[in-house]
Amino acid sequence: MKHWYKIAGTVLVLYTLIFGLLNPVPRLDILNETIRNLYYHVPIWFAMLFQMSLSIWFAIKYLSTGDYKHDLASHNAAQVGFFFSIPGLLTGSLWARFTWNTWWTFQDPKLNGVAIAILIYLAYFLLRSSVIDEIKRARISAVYNIFAYVMMIVFIMILPRLTDSLHPGNGGNPAFGKYDLDNNMRLIFYPAVMGWILISCWILNVKLRISELNHLAND
Amino acid sequence: MQITKITQLVKKEFLLEFRQKASLGGILIYIVSTVFVSALCVKSTIPVYVWNALFWIILLFASVTISTKSFMKEARGMGLFNYLHYSPRSFILSKIIFNMVLMVVISIITLFFYSLFIPQIIGNFTLFFITLVLTSSGFAGVLSLTSAIAAKANNNFSLMSILSFPVLMPLLLISIRLSKQAIDGLSWGVSYNFLLILVALNILVIMLANLLFPYLWND
Repeated sequence: MKHWYKIAGTVLVLYTLIFGLLNPVPRLDILNETIRNLYYHVPIWFAMLFQMSLSIWFAIKYLSTGDYKHDLASHNAAQVGFFFSIPGLLTGSLWARFTWNTWWTFQDPKLNGVAIAILIYLAYFLLRSSVIDEIKRARISAVYNIFAYVMMIVFIMILPRLTDSLHPGNGGNPAFGKYDLDNNMRLIFYPAVMGWILISCWILNVKLRISELNHLAND
Repeated sequence: MQITKITQLVKKEFLLEFRQKASLGGILIYIVSTVFVSALCVKSTIPVYVWNALFWIILLFASVTISTKSFMKEARGMGLFNYLHYSPRSFILSKIIFNMVLMVVISIITLFFYSLFIPQIIGNFTLFFITLVLTSSGFAGVLSLTSAIAAKANNNFSLMSILSFPVLMPLLLISIRLSKQAIDGLSWGVSYNFLLILVALNILVIMLANLLFPYLWND
């Protein structure tokens, strides 16, 4: 059963897409029905962070073994993570429009953190495309990947805790887990996180197989 | 012995820098003209937060421009010589130490000219100065590693800035906040946390550079 995670991912995402719209949610001021975006916006970020963590994991593995497959995996995971950042950003922007009344705000460190993460990965892809030699490219990009990821984690995790944020759970705003996320929502939210992560792994798997074939064809 | 090799390398860096009068003078003229151009554009007194932001932006661009060349000298024959005679750790440490001294000096010079052309009363000057020193040494650490990466990737300037800007952001944002507090003359208790983070970031950057540079070195 090597396909179990594809089936599980599809079922979970379909379940959360449908029941996320049907199931009852708490009535809260300002949030109102937009609270349902929690099922789509947050799990997509989780999937992105998961893929980027996979990318740095493979970068470390590449530096310790020198196997080109780890480099391919690292690059592809970064691409999949980057791909997930776009719907994450769009759903977040839409949500911000209806709750904070703006598409984008500089008051929130998480938004800035995401913008920085996107810039970092764009720089990573640019760095990869500017080196022709394969081994050199793999080494350099692995080094930059690790360095940039650590700095990004510092940015995303530490800074928001010291400044005010509009996001729940930071800077005096209550977290979802404490007050808003009731048991009904948990039934959808946790499967959604699992589902999107599994789907992202499926995408990575397909991409990886394609790029490995490409690599063999070009040799 | 590691320490003697490091001091040897640092000495060599300073010797090379002072021998080429053009490079040091070039840096000085670069700073003065940038500050003067921005003073001409501003012409009158500006709000505190604009003064602060402009100062850090000038410093950011100056640091990136100056550190771009820090691995250029190692391009051909010198690189091989260094490779045979020094360990990568002592090499990157010496680079970081040299860059730190250079950056701190440059940031002090920038502050001098900047407050000469665009006067501004700084409430807590000691705090401002400490922030300046810590931030520019952090810049030096980050930029040493990114310039090593850019040097391996054919050394173009745009790549250098693209790679380093997003990675410098956490440092820059903390120091902008700190220096704003310093200008407003807030007490030390408010800024204590941020200073600690700045120190921790410095240590983190040096450790990462130490850890990752050996992989750039052997190719």
